[in-house]
Amino acid sequence: MKQTQQDERPYLIEDPRVIGLMTRMSPHMERLGIEIESISPGECVFKQPYHEDLIGDPDTGVVHGGLITTLMDSVCGITVFSLMKEMVAIATLDLRIDYLRPAVPKRPLYGKGTCYKLTSDVAFVRGIAYDATEDDPIANSVGVFALTPGNDQIFKQYLNAEK
Amino acid sequence: MSKLARIAVEAKKQKDPNLMLKEVPYANFIGMKLITFGSEFLSHLPFSQSNVGNPLLPALHGGVVGGFIECSAIFTLLWELDNSLPPKTIDFSFDYLRSPGGKDTYAMVKLVRMGGRVANVRVSAWQDTRDKPVVVGNGNFLLKYKEE
Repeated sequence: MKQTQQDERPYLIEDPRVIGLMTRMSPHMERLGIEIESISPGECVFKQPYHEDLIGDPDTGVVHGGLITTLMDSVCGITVFSLMKEMVAIATLDLRIDYLRPAVPKRPLYGKGTCYKLTSDVAFVRGIAYDATEDDPIANSVGVFALTPGNDQIFKQYLNAEK
Repeated sequence: MSKLARIAVEAKKQKDPNLMLKEVPYANFIGMKLITFGSEFLSHLPFSQSNVGNPLLPALHGGVVGGFIECSAIFTLLWELDNSLPPKTIDFSFDYLRSPGGKDTYAMVKLVRMGGRVANVRVSAWQDTRDKPVVVGNGNFLLKYKEE
């Protein structure tokens, strides 16, 4: 993505402790078993393992749409975070999801976020969810996230507790 | 007839919408309940530590509130419709108006339009009072489709 001004500081995600902290800090993401598959500034992929607790349709075993919402919200939020060079609080402003086809039962789900515009106040992120390949997605999303200066102190406390 | 549609018929007969919850593992996973009043119900998501997204605030995970809203919409459609197929979500959009704090959340569904094939719903989720919604959702559902 185009950088408007030169900022030599490293991205927060370049610190390996940050990566582990991101999913483990959120009790809900930890309970879902979401893992980070890949992350680089402005693009992030999450993996959500299949389990039966997440089923929405008991006839087919297809996971609930609400799970896709959580996957998209999480991966798109972390995609915004991946571009940060200092601690910023990221809040979802809006999120729209198109359900393109049902997920295939028992397959893990992948969610990929791409930030296509970042300003000092808001970030615009596209997301897709897929269970095999990116060119056959199960859902497509667009979201807008608000950025506000975060609490560096608490974040550093968490970080220093990381091994 | 689908399992969900069958249980919805039974739930209506017994006037207990919570019977529908048993068939949807995801609804139990987030821990939601349905509260009846008259022949309607509202959805209740009791606070649970495992639904927290940001422990620093603390705030519920935005995705959980979204999932709760979507579940509420589907249960309301199952309750209001006599359909042999479960409604299929076409799209859903959420506006996050306030940070959902670490407390109980409620949701109420309004059926905006029930067409022959598509239903449009609007859902409002709040915590303290109904006039201060935390998240509002808006979605379209396919009611009639070819079974695969």
